[in-house]
Amino acid sequence: MSAPILQLTDVKTHFPLTRGFILKRSAGTVKAVDGVSLSIARGEVLGLVGESGCGKSTLARTIMQLVPTTAGTVVLEGKNLTTGSIAEVRDVRRDMQMVFQDPYASLNPRMTVFDTLAEPLRVHEVCAAADVPARVAELMQLVGLAPRFMQKYPHEFSGGQRQRIAIARALALEPKIIIADEPVSALDVSIQAQILNLLSQLCRKMNLALIFIAHDLSVVKHISDRVAVMYLGKIVELGPALDVIDRPLHPYTRALVSAIPTPNPDTERTRQRIVLPGDPPSPINPPSGCAFHPRCPHAMEKCKIAVPPLTRADATREVACVRLGEI
Amino acid sequence: MPLLTVTDLRTSFYTRSGVYRAVDGVSFSVERGETLGIVGESGSGKSVTCYSIMGLLPVPPARIEAGSAIFDGVDLLKCTPAQSRSIRGKRVAMIFQDPMTSLNPYLRVSEQLIEPLLIHEKISKAAALKRGLEALEAVGINDASRRIHLYPHEFSGGMRQRVMIAMALITKPELLIADEPTTALDVTVQAQILELIKKMQRDLGMAVIFITHDLGVVSGLCDRVQVMYAGRIVETADTRTLFYSPLHPYTRALQRSIPALQSKGAELYTIRGLPPDVSKPLPGCAFAARCEFATARCTTTPAVLAPATPGHAHACTRVQAGEL
Repeated sequence: MSAPILQLTDVKTHFPLTRGFILKRSAGTVKAVDGVSLSIARGEVLGLVGESGCGKSTLARTIMQLVPTTAGTVVLEGKNLTTGSIAEVRDVRRDMQMVFQDPYASLNPRMTVFDTLAEPLRVHEVCAAADVPARVAELMQLVGLAPRFMQKYPHEFSGGQRQRIAIARALALEPKIIIADEPVSALDVSIQAQILNLLSQLCRKMNLALIFIAHDLSVVKHISDRVAVMYLGKIVELGPALDVIDRPLHPYTRALVSAIPTPNPDTERTRQRIVLPGDPPSPINPPSGCAFHPRCPHAMEKCKIAVPPLTRADATREVACVRLGEI
Repeated sequence: MPLLTVTDLRTSFYTRSGVYRAVDGVSFSVERGETLGIVGESGSGKSVTCYSIMGLLPVPPARIEAGSAIFDGVDLLKCTPAQSRSIRGKRVAMIFQDPMTSLNPYLRVSEQLIEPLLIHEKISKAAALKRGLEALEAVGINDASRRIHLYPHEFSGGMRQRVMIAMALITKPELLIADEPTTALDVTVQAQILELIKKMQRDLGMAVIFITHDLGVVSGLCDRVQVMYAGRIVETADTRTLFYSPLHPYTRALQRSIPALQSKGAELYTIRGLPPDVSKPLPGCAFAARCEFATARCTTTPAVLAPATPGHAHACTRVQAGEL
C-alpha cells in the first residue's frame, strides 16, 4: 500500500460545557474525540463504526476542520491542517469532500442540480465558465443520473437520486479523499445497494480514499478495506474488515458483531448473542480506565484503573484491551 | 380460529395530487401467540395496514375503502366507538418507531404509563401505580420506583422504548403491533429490545405483528413473514421457507441486495428503477416495471396471491405458471 494520504495523530476534539446565562461557568467537557490516531492510504476504504454518541461524526468533522481540533494533528499529504491558516485550510479542503446522511437536508431545496454542482466549480475556479455545463453533465453521468435532469430541483428526485447528487457534488473538485457520514442509513435496502455499488466503483475508478461512517456492520464489512471501531471517543479495534468483523478481538467489537441480526433464520435462532447491559456511558463523565468496563463481560479490577492503549494484536490488527491475551 | 383476520383491506389517501392507494387489497391472519413479520420498503403500505386496523389514520385524507379486520368476532373497521374503545389499547396494543416523539414530554412516566389501566380497568390509582411499577420492572428498568416519577426526557432512547413497551403491555393485550420499534436504536440496544419483546411474548402468550424493513430482525423473531410491495402482499411464508426458498422475484431481489448475504466486495444486486406511483392505475403486477423476468402479460394481468405449497403463497403469475 502506498504512503498515507491522511494521517491523524492523537487527535482530540473536546467541547466545553458551560452553565449559567450571564456568568458562564465551566461545567466540564465533552470528550467527543479523545486521542485518535489513524492513517488512510490513497484508494483505501476505511470503515468507521460505533454506536450513536461514540464520536464518529465529530471525528469526520474534525478531519474536515469543520470543528476546531483541541489537540493532535491532522496531516493531509504533508500539510498540517490543525496549524494552517484559514486560507490554507480552505485551499486544502477541495481535496477532502463530505457526503452526509440525509440527502433531504444536505441539498439546498432552492438550487437546481445544475446550481448545486456548478457552485464548487465556480468557487474554486476549476474550469472556465463556458465549460461548467459540460463538466456538470459529466459529473451527473459519473453518478448515474441523466444530464437532462440538470434543471430540476431536489424535491423532484427520490432519496437515492438525491444521494447521487450529493456524491456528484463531492466529486466535483476531484478530491483525493471523501468522508461519507452514514450515506446509506436513510435509504431503503434496494437503493442502499445502488449507492454502495456506486461508491465502491468510484473509489476504484478514481483511486479515491474513502472514510465510510456507518452503524450497520454488514454494510461496512462489504465496502471497507479496513475497519476502525470507536467507543466513547476512542478507537478500540482497528484492522482489516474481514478480520475485525468475522473474528473480532475486543469485547466491545464482539458484542457489536453479535448484536447484528443476520438474515439467516437457522443461525439466528441457535447462536449465542452477547446482549450488553445498559446504554453507552456519557462522554461528559466517562468511566475510569477502559471506558467499556461497566458493560464488559470480561472486566476486572485492572480495567478500571488505566486506559488501555491501542496495541498491536497481530500482524494487521490493533486492539485496546488489557485482557486481550486472556479472553 | 385466528385471532385477527384481515380481508381485502383497501386504504387510500385523498390528496390534491390524486388518490393514493396505500393499501390495495391486503388479506392476512394472525393466530394466537404467533409472530407475524411484515417486511417492505418505505411506501409499501406496511405501516398504513396496521394504522388502519388500529383506527389511527386521520380521516380525511385517509379513507378505508373496503375490507374487514375481524378481531375475536368483532370487525374493528366497522364496530361502534364503544366496542372499539374496549379493544384498542386494551386487547390490541401498539408500539411505535420513535420513542422520542411517542411519549408525552409534559407528563411524568407514571401518569402516561398507568393511563391505559385507569381507562380500561376498574382500579384505584394506587393499585394502578403498583401495577405500573411491576410493568417497568418487567421490562428491565432498574430503580423503577424512583424512575417512574421522572419525565421522558430523563430517559435514554432504549429506556424510552422500554417504557413504551411497558405501557403497551400493561393491560396484557392479546395482540401487539410493533411498528419498526428498533429502527431508531443502536444495534446493541436493538438486541436488548428484541430479546425483551421475545420474553414478554413468552410470558403473556400474546401474538405480535412486527413491521420492519430489516430482514435480519425478522429472521430471528418471526414465525411467519409477509413481504409487501406497493400496497400489496407479494409473498407470504413461514420464515425459513421465505429465507431459503423465496419464489417471488421481488423477495429474491431484496435478499440479493443485502450486503450481509453477499460475498465481500462483490457487486450488490440492485433493483432497477423506483417503486410505482400508487396514484396511477396498476392493472398488472406492481413490481412488473422493475422485474427482470417481466413479460408484456405481467403489466396487464392482475397478479393474485395464490398458495404454492400449504402456507406459502406468492403473487407472481410467471412463477405460478411454472415459467420461472
